[in-house]
Amino acid sequence: MLVEALVLSAILFVIGTLGVLVRRNAIIMFLCIELQLNAVNLSFVAFSRYLGIEGQIFVFFVMTVAAAEAAVGLAIIISIFRHYESVNVENFNLLKW
Amino acid sequence: MADILFFVFAAMAIGGGFGVVLQKNPVGSLLFMVGTLASVAGIYVLLDAHFLAAIQVMVYAGAIMVLFLFVIMLLNLGHDYRDDIKSGLGLFMAFAVSGAIAGLLARQLRGAGDNPLLANFPGPEGMERLLAEEGAIGAIARPLFTDYVVAFELTGILLLVALVGAVAIAKQRV
Repeated sequence: MLVEALVLSAILFVIGTLGVLVRRNAIIMFLCIELQLNAVNLSFVAFSRYLGIEGQIFVFFVMTVAAAEAAVGLAIIISIFRHYESVNVENFNLLKW
Repeated sequence: MADILFFVFAAMAIGGGFGVVLQKNPVGSLLFMVGTLASVAGIYVLLDAHFLAAIQVMVYAGAIMVLFLFVIMLLNLGHDYRDDIKSGLGLFMAFAVSGAIAGLLARQLRGAGDNPLLANFPGPEGMERLLAEEGAIGAIARPLFTDYVVAFELTGILLLVALVGAVAIAKQRV
């Protein structure tokens, strides 16, 4: 089941990448980043079944960091929305050349 | 039986992933994401990671997704049906980049199952023995509170910093 899980993880990662690049809604882009994190977690768990429990411990830490990242990221999105009245990334072009 | 369940969960996860990307309504996207996370939790169970499956459902599909839903509803984006999927050059570039990543991953994964390095490690039997000896939670708790206890405590500090930071950033006026 190792290779099947790794292939599924790769497919989910590519879907997440596609979502980040294709959508313009900042919250959906953020959601797709979470999907990528989950894809990587899945490959950690698949390997940990063969190589020992350490992979699962790493996934535990990744989940904690993802929770912290979601809280701070959503706070930034709220703060941006107050300023621009929108979460569409096309409007945030201050740093674009 | 396990193989059939794996493919059912995998199909649900991939379908949910496409739902997240293609659904116009942010709330719909979010519900597809919850489905994907739950399917991945099912795959964790099949891969002998029972504790992580429980955490995945409670923390990810529960807490983090509710946080996203809360923000979508707070900002009143739930009925914003404008199509925010890129078109033209942006869409082409997005497919080109994800296609390149897919190609790289496919190249790396070819022949991963019969890699000679895997023979040096205990394999699924070792994990089943560990789970039988220590239980699903004991197996992950013992290294977490012995070898990785510094990282564990630092994670607590990180969560506190994120909590204070989120409140400070989202506050009305500084």
